[in-house]
Amino acid sequence: MKALILVGGYGTRLRPLTLSVPKPLVEFCNKPILLHQVEALVKAGVNHVILAVSYMSELLEREMRAQEERLGIRISLSHEKEPLGTAGPLALARELLTDNAEPFFVLNSDVICEFPFEDMLRFHKHHGKEGTIVVTKVEEPSKYGVVVYEAESGRIHRFVEKPQVFVSNKINAGMYIFSPSMLNRIQLRPTSIEKEIFPVMAQEGHLYAMELQGFWMDIGQPKDFLTGMCMYLQSLRQQGPEKLRTGPGFLGNVLVDPTAQIGENCTIGPNVTLGAGVVLEDGVRIKRCTVLKGARVRSHSWLESCIIGWSSSVGQWVRMENVTVLGEDVIVNDELYLNGANVLPHKSITDSVPEPRIIM
Amino acid sequence: MLKTVILIGGPQKGTRFRPLSFEVPKPLFPVAGVPMLQHHIEACAKVPNMKEILLIGFYQPNEELTRFLSYAQQEFKIPVRYLQEYAALGTGGGIYHFRDQILSGGPEAFFIMNADVCSEFPLPEMLDFQKEHGDTHSFVMLGTTANRKQSMNYGCIVENQQTNEVLHYVEKPSTFVSDIINCGIYLFTPEIFQHIGAVFQKNQQDMLLEEQTNGWQRAEVIRLEQDIFTALAGQGKLYVYKTDRFWSQIKSAGSAIYASRLYLNQYHKTHPERLATNRDGGPKISGNVYIHPTANIDPTAVLGPNVSIGTGVTIGAGVRVRESIILHGATLQDHSCVLNSIVGWDSTIGRWARVEGTPSDPNPNDPYAKIDSETLFRDGKLTPSITILGCNVNIPSEVIILNSIVLPHKDLNRSFKNQIIL
Repeated sequence: MKALILVGGYGTRLRPLTLSVPKPLVEFCNKPILLHQVEALVKAGVNHVILAVSYMSELLEREMRAQEERLGIRISLSHEKEPLGTAGPLALARELLTDNAEPFFVLNSDVICEFPFEDMLRFHKHHGKEGTIVVTKVEEPSKYGVVVYEAESGRIHRFVEKPQVFVSNKINAGMYIFSPSMLNRIQLRPTSIEKEIFPVMAQEGHLYAMELQGFWMDIGQPKDFLTGMCMYLQSLRQQGPEKLRTGPGFLGNVLVDPTAQIGENCTIGPNVTLGAGVVLEDGVRIKRCTVLKGARVRSHSWLESCIIGWSSSVGQWVRMENVTVLGEDVIVNDELYLNGANVLPHKSITDSVPEPRIIM
Repeated sequence: MLKTVILIGGPQKGTRFRPLSFEVPKPLFPVAGVPMLQHHIEACAKVPNMKEILLIGFYQPNEELTRFLSYAQQEFKIPVRYLQEYAALGTGGGIYHFRDQILSGGPEAFFIMNADVCSEFPLPEMLDFQKEHGDTHSFVMLGTTANRKQSMNYGCIVENQQTNEVLHYVEKPSTFVSDIINCGIYLFTPEIFQHIGAVFQKNQQDMLLEEQTNGWQRAEVIRLEQDIFTALAGQGKLYVYKTDRFWSQIKSAGSAIYASRLYLNQYHKTHPERLATNRDGGPKISGNVYIHPTANIDPTAVLGPNVSIGTGVTIGAGVRVRESIILHGATLQDHSCVLNSIVGWDSTIGRWARVEGTPSDPNPNDPYAKIDSETLFRDGKLTPSITILGCNVNIPSEVIILNSIVLPHKDLNRSFKNQIIL
């Protein structure tokens, strides 16, 4: 079975992290974002993953070769020379997707959830039409495009963009399974699958909705990355609590790489992820943060809602909060206060940032 | 013999020093670990032939002041008395009212100083200068150089550069007059009372002519600066001794931190025993730090530069304090961080909390810059300044209090920035 992942471009929404590492390789809860999806696909029986990319990265190619080996599957990169939207890449990969008659998965790359690929396949085969999209419940449907469908069968009636009166609280979760015949609907030109393809399929009775159980988050920007981390760790608490760190000094859900080092009198959590080789010195207070590989937080600092980039160093008695994101190899001097700072890679910060801003 | 009069003002003055002046008369606020006034008294007590120090002001007698007076007399072996004005009489009116007390015993000269200045007090130099300038009854004021812009916030002095005679004096002019400013420290001979007396007489006559239209005005209210110096300038009576040693006003609470820095630095010469040093089992000291012997400080704390820790203060593990004054009985819990702040008496700062202000130091690249004791608000916004916690304020764990003023007896429950918390 095959899957196409819409990786897309430079991942600008997740800058400054994506200035150093292609978005699919940015670690989310100590695993590259892409691998969360790929591993779940493999578990559901997928043996060929096609990444639709609009820019080529040697780092990504090299990493995918390694993952092919590790997972024993095939990973292809399908490179679009011009942006093709969300449907065009399917046409570009047509030959790879149609060398057999099996249905294939299509995913947006920023989505994190308990991936229901086996359920999708079963549901799709059961209704027997061309497409199935996964939908998820949201609190404020007026901010999104919602899906109106038959509760019993899942057959989609229509899509409504930012509804002003309540029609549905289910939105497209960015995960699909299609039969190969669906590709006849798509031409090799920039096309939106959501706006141009799905409404037609729905009208013809060929599109079904399956409701997602559990959490769902688009982690394409730092604020949502952190929210998604909280959800993921909570789901880990239920699915695999042995992976979470507990004991004195740990509060709530905390994920710690075995090679991370933690000093004395720290209080960590809830909702913290510490990557490989991370060092927290004595007396650090950290909550709702991701600390990426090789970063160091020096003693007595206080961090909340931050992403600390690879190999960055945060000084002593630093306070950082409000979705402060440090790019790779950033140095924050002692005793500073960073409030919502977005710091580009390889910067040395010598002055406090009392109000949110970008540090070039 | 010599005497000194220190003008200490009263409770309605020094509002820029709130909320700290709610708890203690401003002249007794600790600067570099000791009451502001003690620096004056110590300097006076060192002057040979100084026989008495008089404090004039309009505070009701209070326990704090009484205790300080008896301490100072014992410590410096000199009579120190408080003379209470029946009303605020101004800088000239107060000394005129108490002229008999000042002149009793027949001093040939006496110093007058404002309590809210911080200075190296070059008093022997002023005495020598007085003997060499003008006649035997000449008056001396201490002056220092300011930059052009800031000079206009002070009394400005124009001198004869050969003789150092004061040719012109104007208080807080609206345009530039001179970059030599009045330091609020004077050396007078008893003859000064003739000049103040003349103003008093004139005030009385003016009031008779005005037929009580200004019923609230008193003939006794006389200001040295506007009423006396302005008239004496150019009369061959008043001379300016210019100092290039440290000097600052202490108007706002922010300037108390700056004044502490100046005095702590002076301790290297005058009181090295008051400066904390790095030693086994003690906290890490960086720069000039004063720690009261009764303070209890964890060895993993890092203090300084410019930190003063009062009596009975408790400082926990991994605490950082820089450019701050911690008043008696305060508690700083583990990992907290206090920068550019004054922490009030018996206040508590929770674990990992951060209390931070913005320093209002003079421009370090301008040797003549002075501290700006600005108003609290500019363009309707609170000017970022040092953070001040009044007495008995509780700051919870893990919050930040930034550029804020917290009035006494408050329990905060969240972070605050750029606010006055009533």
